[in-house]
Amino acid sequence: MGALGYLGLILLGPVGLVFYRTFEHGLAAAWNSVTTPDAQHAFWLTVELVAISVPLNTIFGIAAATAIVRHRFPGRRLFDSLLDLPFAVSPVVVGLAIVLVYGRKGWFGTWLADHGIQVIFSVPGMVLATIFVSLPFVVREVIPVLREIGTEQEEAATTLGASPFTTFRRITLPAIRWGVVYGVVLTTARALGEFGAVSVVSGHVAGQTETLTLHVQDRFEAFDLTGAYAASVVLALLAIATLASMTLLRRRGAPA
Amino acid sequence: MSIEVTAVRKTFGDFVAVDGVTFAVRDGSLTALLGPSGSGKSTLLRLIAGLEAPDAGRVVIGGADRTDTPARNRDVGFVFQHYAPFKHMTVRDNVGFGLRIRKVPRDRIRARVAELLELVHLEGYADRYPSQLSGGQRQRMALARALAVEPRVLLLDEPFGALDATVRKELRAWLRRLHDEVHVTTIFVTHDQEEAMEVAEQIVVMNEGRIEQIGTPRDVYERPASEFVMGFVGPVTRVGDAAVRPHDLDVRTTPAAGAVEAMIERVVHLGFEVRLELVTGDGLPISAQITRQAAEELELRNGQIVYVRPNRLLRAVA
Repeated sequence: MGALGYLGLILLGPVGLVFYRTFEHGLAAAWNSVTTPDAQHAFWLTVELVAISVPLNTIFGIAAATAIVRHRFPGRRLFDSLLDLPFAVSPVVVGLAIVLVYGRKGWFGTWLADHGIQVIFSVPGMVLATIFVSLPFVVREVIPVLREIGTEQEEAATTLGASPFTTFRRITLPAIRWGVVYGVVLTTARALGEFGAVSVVSGHVAGQTETLTLHVQDRFEAFDLTGAYAASVVLALLAIATLASMTLLRRRGAPA
Repeated sequence: MSIEVTAVRKTFGDFVAVDGVTFAVRDGSLTALLGPSGSGKSTLLRLIAGLEAPDAGRVVIGGADRTDTPARNRDVGFVFQHYAPFKHMTVRDNVGFGLRIRKVPRDRIRARVAELLELVHLEGYADRYPSQLSGGQRQRMALARALAVEPRVLLLDEPFGALDATVRKELRAWLRRLHDEVHVTTIFVTHDQEEAMEVAEQIVVMNEGRIEQIGTPRDVYERPASEFVMGFVGPVTRVGDAAVRPHDLDVRTTPAAGAVEAMIERVVHLGFEVRLELVTGDGLPISAQITRQAAEELELRNGQIVYVRPNRLLRAVA
């Protein structure tokens, strides 16, 4: 009961209030707020960031987890600890670091500028920031699962004539799939909701470099509360959709 | 196919798992690698399969040097100690796995899987998942899966190790019969000397990464090549300077030439046999095992003085 009350106080209450405030002035007002050009652009930019960073981090996560669990190489422990850096470092610092490296006066700034590539205050920088902050989730979910399944099934496949790729696709991947799915859900949620790092590198140009979270802030500061709440609800719905799709997959995937 | 292992060595860090091992098994034979845990027998099996690479030495299978052949091209069937079932696949898909990746046509896979499931007595289980099988059934599934690709040799790592006693006994006899049917050269690893004796034609006894003795079950039991083998393959007792199996002792109630005088401390009834726990005048213990009938005829009881004489000595050096 206590846990439920806590959950209600911390989670359900505030989120419920956001939903309530959104539709306070009717469905039409909320609908109009989320269909402004800036809101639509923010929506699609957020989807774009997720669509780029989640697959990349999933592939990287599986590869990194496999390397850490199944192989011995110098610097393995260091590599393992470095993967937690995005959890440890504040997102704002991550954003600043990206500016320092890729900004006009950064390490690659001149080279990038000479080649007409703009990273900071532009979408590439936001992609980098999103990838960075959502990097560890898949690795951290997959590592324990890989450890648990052990190597016997993979070895069995090998003695039956399977190539490393076949073994990975037909044995390892199905065995770790729930770890991967869970990691993907967490990565997606983080990529959707990232504010700090993206905020630093984006430049906040409405209709150009504004994600949904930045749009919420933008509307809030412009005293457009309905707009802010409505965009929040869109974010919440995206997150809920992600969770729901995992639950659906899970049910379909049973047994095993 | 015959298997020849020559001067194979394998270390893990400072630990020498296999220390210069040489032995051969002939085509179609059934061999046991017997030894205590840590003796290197499982590592040796993995070296033959190609799951480990030796630091030195050669592995020749069917006359061809396979030392540098990757495991997947060795045509070796391997049954893991815990069977390594593919948990997300049905029994049918498990057994058909090797054929599927060889792109064998579907209908042929189906027919072959059905045939194998019949061989291992799992006919009705094709659509089950491994989690729905008992330990013995999983083991037989793993065996069918290994046999599906018609391996040239079959390697089994502690095939009965994880099963309970009754299932174990059944499966031993069954493996023996299966080998007579399939006739694939087979090596299995075990730490159970009774299992090795019952199933194998040839036993390779290992200890601390080396081979102690190679021979028939009778050889290693009756003519152990070392103290270690003597003690590992069966019970040993000492009468004076001689090492002897407890059932190779004559027990009588009257003195005889070469017999040692001892007092009965305890008579233990083991069913068909009776074990006598004796102690000599010097306080040295002797263990003797005689039939129940013999014990009854001698009317043995605790505290009685008897005379024991070895009727068959072990050749081992003391």
